[in-house]
Amino acid sequence: MDFNHTEDRQMLSDSLGRYLQQRYPIDVRHKIAASAEGWSAEHWAALAELGVIGALFGEEAGGFGGKGFDIAVVFEQLGRSLVVEPFLGTLLAGRVLERAGGQEDLLGEVIAGAKVLAFAHEEADSRYDLAGIAAKASETAGAWTLTGTKAVVPQADTADVLIVSARISGAPGDEAGIGLFAVDKGAAGLSVRAYALIDGGRGGEITLAGTPATLIATDGLPLIEDAVAAGLVALSWEAVGVADVLKQSTLDYLRTRKQFGVPIGKFQALQHRMATVALEIEQQRSAAINAAAALEADRVTRERAVSAAKVTLGKAGTLAAEEAIQMHGGIGMTWELPLSHYAKRLIMLGHQLGDDDHHLARYIALGRAA
Amino acid sequence: MDLSFSPEDEAFRQEVRAFLKDKLPKRLADKIRTGKRLTKADHEEWHAILNERGWLASHWPKEWGGTGWSVTQGFIFDLETSIAHAPRILPFGTSMLAPVLIKFGTEEQKQHYLPRILDGTDWWCQGYSEPGAGSDLASLKTSAVRDGDHYVVNGQKTWTTLGHHANWMFCLVRTSNEGKRQEGISFLLIDMNTPGIEVRPIYLLDGEHEVNEVFFTDVRVPVTNLVGEENKGWTYAKYLLTYERTGIAGVGSSMAALDHLHHIAATQKKGGRPLAEDPLFAARLARLEIELENMKTTNMRVLAAAGHGAAPTAESSMLKIRGTEIRQEINTLARKALGPYAQPFVPEAFIEGSNAEPVGADYAAPISAEYFNNRKLSIFGGSNEVQREIITKAVLEL
Repeated sequence: MDFNHTEDRQMLSDSLGRYLQQRYPIDVRHKIAASAEGWSAEHWAALAELGVIGALFGEEAGGFGGKGFDIAVVFEQLGRSLVVEPFLGTLLAGRVLERAGGQEDLLGEVIAGAKVLAFAHEEADSRYDLAGIAAKASETAGAWTLTGTKAVVPQADTADVLIVSARISGAPGDEAGIGLFAVDKGAAGLSVRAYALIDGGRGGEITLAGTPATLIATDGLPLIEDAVAAGLVALSWEAVGVADVLKQSTLDYLRTRKQFGVPIGKFQALQHRMATVALEIEQQRSAAINAAAALEADRVTRERAVSAAKVTLGKAGTLAAEEAIQMHGGIGMTWELPLSHYAKRLIMLGHQLGDDDHHLARYIALGRAA
Repeated sequence: MDLSFSPEDEAFRQEVRAFLKDKLPKRLADKIRTGKRLTKADHEEWHAILNERGWLASHWPKEWGGTGWSVTQGFIFDLETSIAHAPRILPFGTSMLAPVLIKFGTEEQKQHYLPRILDGTDWWCQGYSEPGAGSDLASLKTSAVRDGDHYVVNGQKTWTTLGHHANWMFCLVRTSNEGKRQEGISFLLIDMNTPGIEVRPIYLLDGEHEVNEVFFTDVRVPVTNLVGEENKGWTYAKYLLTYERTGIAGVGSSMAALDHLHHIAATQKKGGRPLAEDPLFAARLARLEIELENMKTTNMRVLAAAGHGAAPTAESSMLKIRGTEIRQEINTLARKALGPYAQPFVPEAFIEGSNAEPVGADYAAPISAEYFNNRKLSIFGGSNEVQREIITKAVLEL
């Protein structure tokens, strides 16, 4: 039993934290988040240089990490600085490539920061169900084309390569028959309606119409599930980083803001609520630890732990975000205060890769199966 | 990070399991499992079994009969004994008085009292709360006035858990009304057989006689029974709050209770199907299970930090709050699972060997009583509101 990170991971965490503090302060972050691309090629290259992308993948793929706690240390720091760079899409899509095999060159370019991936899986009607895929894949003389739509894909219009799920056979909800494909930016029949996201950065709706694609895997669901599990570990730890900052800024505010002649932190009505927030944040951190520790475990253990973490994030994250805004009062409602952007991110983390209701149902179903 | 136990700790776990398999009387485990009430003799029997193995006061220093276990091993012991439905070790002598004696007592006091805790000669009770001093303990009024070689004690203590079994009480008394309230309190050891002491039962809302009122009228206590210095008792009482709280979250006992709840949910029916399949019930049960899994890790994190020399005051408060909330939610769900059968009250069924015909499921009898009884969890040991005060001051520094 040891709750310290290994020396290597701690070093990575420290150097990433230092970089972000110096080079990615909140005003820089806001500028990038509101830019036409929604992320920064300059910082992406620098972070690749630091080894941050490599930390997300195993040695055989050319990285030096890829375990639950490698993902954890990276995303905790990303959360602390509210980073909008394409890490989640790179993790999800890259992990699919890593597990599927046969795409070593592309993965090498990704780890080097030369190419950016997006993971185009969810659809307008799939509502977090990993098998709820309707997009179709067809093969003619060994050449694959895709037709269908994909929903709310981060970096949909700027990624160099999209990793897309599409049905080779069956109907939405069937576990079998989901293929995984690579689609190049600018491919024929590919169109993207891009938009800003409420917590910063950009996403888009993707339409594929007879779009040429490269087959990555025919039995895609296990790969998707594994990648999403890693993504849930990432989101849980991003939430740990976000919530720590939220807690600290709220405490600072409670100590300095005066009303009725005293700092508002002297009021018991706020003290006890803040104690509950602190407790929930510790429980969320424990859930994130459990999820990271289970990422290399057997399927049911892994999936139950990541779903439990997402359920916990939904409860603790929502409470922490809403209480932070409430305790700041009017100023907590403003765009100008960094805190409001942390609160938005914490809430929106709940909408990525399944919300707490989805994962609670999943946790129950997995328990019955076990 | 590594959540698994080391091979040594895993071997230790096996050792504890083997001991429990061998030495825990099935009769006692069955009583715990089925919610029967333990008698004084039951507690004494289990204490004697543990003492024979040298495991009764595991956290004491080795020279006084402790084990030298690591905090992790202590946690494993708590976990395994709870899961096996062993009676809990009564904390009054082993975990509440002994650490104070070991740290602040005289050599004579240690030599005299510590072995008697181990061999069961003495049954200790705690004399802290008073009718006017609950969460605000420092407002206590029971007085001890020096008269030659004795203190003369007058006043009243209350909520004295299992005081009707005790032959000794460690007691906070007021020895001065000067200065700050906390600076006039002393820590006194009182023989319950001294003339002038009267113990009266308080029956709790579940009908159980668990706690008492204790009245003191001109009770003469030798000054040699003072622990540490006069008027420093508050310091000693507070010391307890930072000492040995590895079990405060009750993770092991909640795990055992959750197991039982799963059994109840699987056997109760709703619409002809197991209640466990009802989406609303299943959702609440799953949230509870997740909360407990998180708590287990939070508890281990606190232990690991304590092992590295960090003082776990405020973290203990978090463990206490959430640990008791979890346990109360288990009791709530068990009560709700019974449906209308939560209502029948058959207290005979709590007694070992009772032939009382069960009403409803055979596990039903103690469930509502236990639900009501465990409302105490968020009140005693520093109410959960007092714990939030501690978090406010110690962690949040507000």
